[in-house]
Amino acid sequence: VSLASPHPALEMSAISASEKVDGFTRKSVRKAQRQRGCQGSSQFAASSSRPAAPEISALPQLKDASSTEQHELFMQKLQQCCVMFDFYDTVTDLKSKETKRATLSELVDYVSTNRGVLVEPVYPEITTMVSTNIFRTLPPSENPDFDPEEDEPTLEASWPHMQLVYEFFLRFLENPDFQPSTAKRYIDQKFVLQLLELFDTEDPREREFIKTVLHRIYGKFLGLRAFVRKQINNIFLRYIYETEHFNGVAELLEILGSIINGFALPLKAEHKQFLMKILIPMHTAKGLALFHAQLAYCVVQFIEKDPTLTEVVVRGLLKFWPKTCSQKEVMFLGEIEEILDVIEPTQFKKIQEPLFKQISKCVSSPHFQVAERALYYWNNEYILSLIEENNAKILPIMFGNLYRISKEHWNPTIVALVYNVLKTLMEMNSKLFDELTASYKCDRQREKKKEQEREELWRKLDELRLQETSAIQNNRHEIQFTYKNTTKILTKEIFLAVRAILRHMSKL
Amino acid sequence: MGTGTGGDDSLYPIAVLIDELRNEDVQLRLNSIKKLSTIALALGVERTRTELLPFLTDTIYDEDEVLLALAEQLGSFTVLVGGPEFVHCLLPPLESLATVEETVVRDKAVESLRKISQEHSPVDLEVHFVPLVKRLASGDWFTSRTSACGLFGVCYPRVSSTVKAEIRQHFRTLCSDDTPMVRRAASSKLGEFAKVLELDYVKSDIIPLFTALASDEQDSVRLLAVEAGVSIAALLPQEDLEDLVMPTLRQAAEDKSWRVRYMVADKFSELQKAVGPEITKNDLVPAFQNLLKDCEAEVRTAAANKVKGEVLPEDSRETIIMTHILPCVKELVSDTNQHVKSALASVIMGLSTILGKDNTVEHLLPLFLVQLKDEYPEVRLNIISNLDCVNEVIGIRQLSQSLLPAIVELAEDAKWRVRLAIIEYMPLLAGQLGVEFFDEKLNSLCMAWLIDHVYAIREAATCNLMKLVEKFGAEWAQNTIVPKVLGMANDSNYLHRMTTLFCINALSEVCGQEITTKHMLPVVLKMSTDQVANVRFNVARCLQKIGPVLDSSALQAEVKPVLEKLATDQDMDVKYFALEAISGMYLFNLPTYIFSETFSFSSILFFFFSFSLSP
Repeated sequence: VSLASPHPALEMSAISASEKVDGFTRKSVRKAQRQRGCQGSSQFAASSSRPAAPEISALPQLKDASSTEQHELFMQKLQQCCVMFDFYDTVTDLKSKETKRATLSELVDYVSTNRGVLVEPVYPEITTMVSTNIFRTLPPSENPDFDPEEDEPTLEASWPHMQLVYEFFLRFLENPDFQPSTAKRYIDQKFVLQLLELFDTEDPREREFIKTVLHRIYGKFLGLRAFVRKQINNIFLRYIYETEHFNGVAELLEILGSIINGFALPLKAEHKQFLMKILIPMHTAKGLALFHAQLAYCVVQFIEKDPTLTEVVVRGLLKFWPKTCSQKEVMFLGEIEEILDVIEPTQFKKIQEPLFKQISKCVSSPHFQVAERALYYWNNEYILSLIEENNAKILPIMFGNLYRISKEHWNPTIVALVYNVLKTLMEMNSKLFDELTASYKCDRQREKKKEQEREELWRKLDELRLQETSAIQNNRHEIQFTYKNTTKILTKEIFLAVRAILRHMSKL
Repeated sequence: MGTGTGGDDSLYPIAVLIDELRNEDVQLRLNSIKKLSTIALALGVERTRTELLPFLTDTIYDEDEVLLALAEQLGSFTVLVGGPEFVHCLLPPLESLATVEETVVRDKAVESLRKISQEHSPVDLEVHFVPLVKRLASGDWFTSRTSACGLFGVCYPRVSSTVKAEIRQHFRTLCSDDTPMVRRAASSKLGEFAKVLELDYVKSDIIPLFTALASDEQDSVRLLAVEAGVSIAALLPQEDLEDLVMPTLRQAAEDKSWRVRYMVADKFSELQKAVGPEITKNDLVPAFQNLLKDCEAEVRTAAANKVKGEVLPEDSRETIIMTHILPCVKELVSDTNQHVKSALASVIMGLSTILGKDNTVEHLLPLFLVQLKDEYPEVRLNIISNLDCVNEVIGIRQLSQSLLPAIVELAEDAKWRVRLAIIEYMPLLAGQLGVEFFDEKLNSLCMAWLIDHVYAIREAATCNLMKLVEKFGAEWAQNTIVPKVLGMANDSNYLHRMTTLFCINALSEVCGQEITTKHMLPVVLKMSTDQVANVRFNVARCLQKIGPVLDSSALQAEVKPVLEKLATDQDMDVKYFALEAISGMYLFNLPTYIFSETFSFSSILFFFFSFSLSP
């Protein structure tokens, strides 16, 4: 009895059993259908108007065939696996579905255990079979506000077949006889493009497979590499600037992580552009939490490859520093620490001022997790040595905020951490520390005064603006004529105000 | 164009601005950018052109938020640089802004560029604006090319034919750009660009581009081309449609991506209008049938919304719907997806006016009945809310037996928003079902809503009673609802007692003086001694409300003493509303109350009359 054909008796009894418990089973089927709607069945576009899938019957086993027949049988089985079944319809084609599953599983075995089976004519058959089974327009998400962090993903209904197709394709690519030079006629740009679009699937199992497949293709097809990178760029750009939605960002970044690892030095302009125009802006994405680890890994890889990139990267991160989202801020602090772990001291000097201005803001964040994450930097030996080396610059930047929150922060853990940090800083340069303590009050007062003056200045400008708009409104019809005069008067008034304020400021 | 200032003084405003623009705090930089017009005004047009704009152009490396503000400001800067003659000075900073990555900034820059393009003279347009568009169109990074797509349309009509040819060429290039982002931008502007082109060029240039974009490898590009197709079809003469656009549109309706098919379904009415009745009948109807049977619920929902086929040719509309659309509609009624059914329910009733009485009874009525029993309240509500269409054709009585259970179920739905929705249709239903049916079946529902535990429902129920009385008249009110409403005045729950007052507020005017004075007023006055302060101050408000309905003797003899008493209530709010009622109703002599000083002339006249009329 061949494995490929399910026992007919079993088949029958399954159906009659479901008939018997009628009410319950049917209801649950109906319910499942309703819940799923027609979701995920895009593969069966217009299926209702199309004839039902032809029934497929099991062919003899490959291992039973003679070596002359084997090739022909292999081709037949590949063709048979091109027949598609609707998995949302859980009652029809059960027999054919099982036949196809068994055939696929046999094919997986066949390409992974046998040598010399990958002759040229099977390449197009294999690509056609794989394309037919996996390439499809992804269905609309069942849950329009799908939140990958919160909601359960919708799983691919035809997974029992699809998984085997992916597995088969991987074994094919990994077979020692596999010839990229032959395969490149079929696994071409169009193929890769469709593969990349599949990364948007909600099903994490499928993304995992595609990731491995793409990785193999990138490794074996040198001619496709630039194209793959460019298309990934396009996906990312669409994600960042257009849709903010793509399920496979983490997986793509993971692949890129290993690609970056293999970049030759000096880095090409294209790769640097990728870093600055795509990876860094990607930090602004709403769903950062889903792929931050992979993203940070890529960024650090770049810096390790080429330390001269440190400055632009850090300045880029500072530009996109989260303003309101504390969770993201914690992620940014984590990434900065990863960068600091590998930073060269000369590079550190270039960014220490803007960086520590930001860190100084973070340690005084009212959100204790942000403050805590920033203060943990002082537990890092290497960072500590960098701070010590540059304490004359860093101490004045950090001191004000540290001193203030040591007295003001609501969270006792933070206060304790701040005391430790202050102590460390004092030990680094006690003379400077004393000076800063002494001038703290004065500095604060000066800042406050400056703030008041700025407000005063803008208030005056506002008043003038009001007058200006009313003047313009009154003279709307004659604006061309009176415009110059109005300007004259207003200019004078602004100058009087501004001059008075600036004089006052210069006295300080 | 002197600014009238000289010496070092004139440096101050720009010095302040620059100072603030360099501030570490984004908010401060943002503030100063938002005050840019003030600064420009202070500087005068010449220095704005020679100093401020170059400075801004050079410093565009800021946060996107600041850049956005800048891009917006520059769009209305023309007068500040000296009018249309100098408007091209604004181009350099806007050009840089049109190349940044952030989409909102870029879009705003393009918007401002489009705005100021209108202020360019034809010569300036060619000398300054068009070169900018060309530079953007051939930029290295996709952002500038994307921005360029939005600028072709605004300059094309006002330039010479040589420049026009160049512009067309640039647009063509962008339509086959390497990056999908640019093709998307081009695809979305294709319709707009086609509108400004000469018809010959629409045929020779736009059609090939449309065909190419509509079969792009990315569905996001293809779906944008559908919309362009609608605009293009509207531009072409009837005889060219079949050859030039229909093959592409037909293909879009059967696209393998549901997003494209959705777009076709969504734009179906526009599409019908653009291609005219003949093609609609022969071509679009079959396509539409497929969309109604599409495997994706999203597509079916979009298509279901269009089943009325407003644009079908008058003479054959009925036949087409009967033979082609109705069979699909019958299937959709039992669709698995609630959104599909609810979209259908909101339009299906409209079919009855098209199909006429007999067809409605035979074919549509069974469908209405199915939908009235649908498991989703939204579907049922959509049917009920459109009953008036059917009423015109066959009268609602045909449906009444099935309506009742549906209404009762919705009226008792666990979601208060559903209950609220059905209340709003009550007056309409009552009018169509008639007074006997109402009294028999629906009246008790309307009264039950008055004691709903959600205030919004009680409020809507009150308003509903008023509308019912408007329909059925005061006598009906006196016999049916007034006794029940007044009965609630003795309820142990103060919220229900207050509902009595709210009902009286709503009903007094429609019930008229007699019922109000005889039946309602005594109850209200009695409630003035309620132990709950909220009830008492609502008595004061109620008396003010019903005052205009009462005659002056009732006011003086009954209302006045009660309000005076409430005005001395120990509760602050009761006192407040009682005094407000007294002043609002001008009940008493001028010198008696302190409000006298605020009385207007008209209120004095009122007093004058009430004195002269009183015996």
